[in-house]
Amino acid sequence: MTLAPPSKRARSGPVADKIFGWVAKSCALLTLALLIAILTSLTINAWPAIEKYGFSFLSSTVWDPVQEEFGGFVMIYGTLATSLIALVIAVPVSFGIALFLTELSPSWLKRPLGTAIELLAAVPSIVYGMWGLLVFGPVLAEYVQAPLQKAFAGVPFLGALVSGPPVGIGLLSAGIILAIMIIPFIAAVMRDVFEVTPALLKESAYGLGATTWEVVSKVVLPYTKTGVIGGIMLGLGRAIGETMAVTFVIGNFNQLDSISLFQAANSITSALANEFAEAGEGLHQAALMYLGLVLFFITFVILTLSKLLLSQLRKGEGAKT
Amino acid sequence: MMSPALQKSRAAKFAQRNLVNHIATALALAAMAFGLFWLFWILIETVRLGIGGLSLATLTEMTPPPNEEGGLANAIYGSALMVGLATLVGTPIGVMAGIYLAEFDKTGWISNVIRFVNDILLSAPSIVIGLFVYAIAVNPFKTFSAAAGVFALALIVIPVVIRTTENMLHLVPSGLREAAYALGAPKWKVILSITLKAARAGVITGVLLAVARIAGETAPLLFTALSNQFWTSTLDQPMASLPVTIFKFAMSPYENWQKLAWAGVFLITVAVLALNIAARVLTRNKN
Repeated sequence: MTLAPPSKRARSGPVADKIFGWVAKSCALLTLALLIAILTSLTINAWPAIEKYGFSFLSSTVWDPVQEEFGGFVMIYGTLATSLIALVIAVPVSFGIALFLTELSPSWLKRPLGTAIELLAAVPSIVYGMWGLLVFGPVLAEYVQAPLQKAFAGVPFLGALVSGPPVGIGLLSAGIILAIMIIPFIAAVMRDVFEVTPALLKESAYGLGATTWEVVSKVVLPYTKTGVIGGIMLGLGRAIGETMAVTFVIGNFNQLDSISLFQAANSITSALANEFAEAGEGLHQAALMYLGLVLFFITFVILTLSKLLLSQLRKGEGAKT
Repeated sequence: MMSPALQKSRAAKFAQRNLVNHIATALALAAMAFGLFWLFWILIETVRLGIGGLSLATLTEMTPPPNEEGGLANAIYGSALMVGLATLVGTPIGVMAGIYLAEFDKTGWISNVIRFVNDILLSAPSIVIGLFVYAIAVNPFKTFSAAAGVFALALIVIPVVIRTTENMLHLVPSGLREAAYALGAPKWKVILSITLKAARAGVITGVLLAVARIAGETAPLLFTALSNQFWTSTLDQPMASLPVTIFKFAMSPYENWQKLAWAGVFLITVAVLALNIAARVLTRNKN
């Protein structure tokens, strides 16, 4: 029996394929163009400030729009200090949450608890900011800052660290709010990577009599360290670039008088949020653009570093096996 | 037979390991409680103060001057319009770019560069996106505009959608693709009607999450769409949005403004959480 030859219908293959592939590729290349465009336009707009101050902009503490004198150190310090406080609080807590969700929680609780943590990550930052300013700030001032000041009064370094008006606004408040914001981010990533660990590895360890903690610290953590570092970097990037939550509670104070954590301060993002729309064209706007460029550069470096680190770690793992 | 001394040292070692384990477990439990504590505190205050500020007028009346009654109608409308348009603009671009990364050039250097750049854009501070859009879409026209706001929000949608689309397409088993190719289907058809369809739920989830993210974004709108006291649909004028209005009202000393800000925060939180839950339900049903 012979089959009838297939009818000659126009194949929509090659040409449509080429067009489709071309469209897909140009969409993908758009992201590359976007990054270049962001860097270029920020640099062009910041140029008057870059030309005038150069790198001394980064170390100068004067920020005076009236006298047209600009230096970014106070904001850069504020951004780094708040993010550091946030990481110090958030990393251990997120690790604990991920540990609980993957190894300890009864299985019927895993899903609702995991969802709750993920929802915390989805709450818009303006909600954290407003809550931080109007609800959390006063509580922090009364129950944490005032007692700390009493306890450390007169102690050399710690005393200076907690000096200043205990009003619930400043570096510490901003750092804590940021920590609350990035905990769910880091925790969700850590949980996901912990779950990637092959059950066989964990069960072997349990079978040899290892405790839960030993399984986590000696099997799960070494297996997933790349993902864990990735999660922490993700949180750090978010903390550094966060605008609204910080703007509400940091106090927007452009001077660096003391090392106190209670001191009102400023961050790059909150300076931009507060001043940019009002800044007239000219040096003020250029200086703010310069700050934006610095911010973008910092996040760029953090992400690049984390990526390099991750590929390095991966190589190491490959060599061991 | 174990000597008593050895037995003793083993028992001590075991007790110590057990103790460390118990401490670690207790700390993990405390961390979990710590995380949930903030969630509940924030949600309870948002609901309590938000419902307190909420009334029918909130949904029907315009944003008021200080110390006068009013609502958030124009801000809600502005937010919905800008978020909707930004999603319409950003989604197709993001999906196509995700398709390129997952289906056309999985391991090439261009794809690796684009993935890297996309990761950077994904975690780029949103206020920097605002600065960029100000520089190219506000400054040249000498006016803040809703179109610039849409542009800024679309730039945030794109990387999110690229990431989820690529990841979801990777999950589609190659057998499905190969079966379609074996039937003689051209590549574009395989992608659009087989792989993309198989990954549909995941892609839609990504879009919903992107919508949830830009619905609460304030920073990129501050100097693009700015704000507006009135109802407006024209894209070349400043337009009010819920987050920017909340920011303005919450930082003000006026009591009625702060009340409206809480109502706005409540609305945004409910909308964002609903979108997230919808995204979750969607993926659960399809898997």
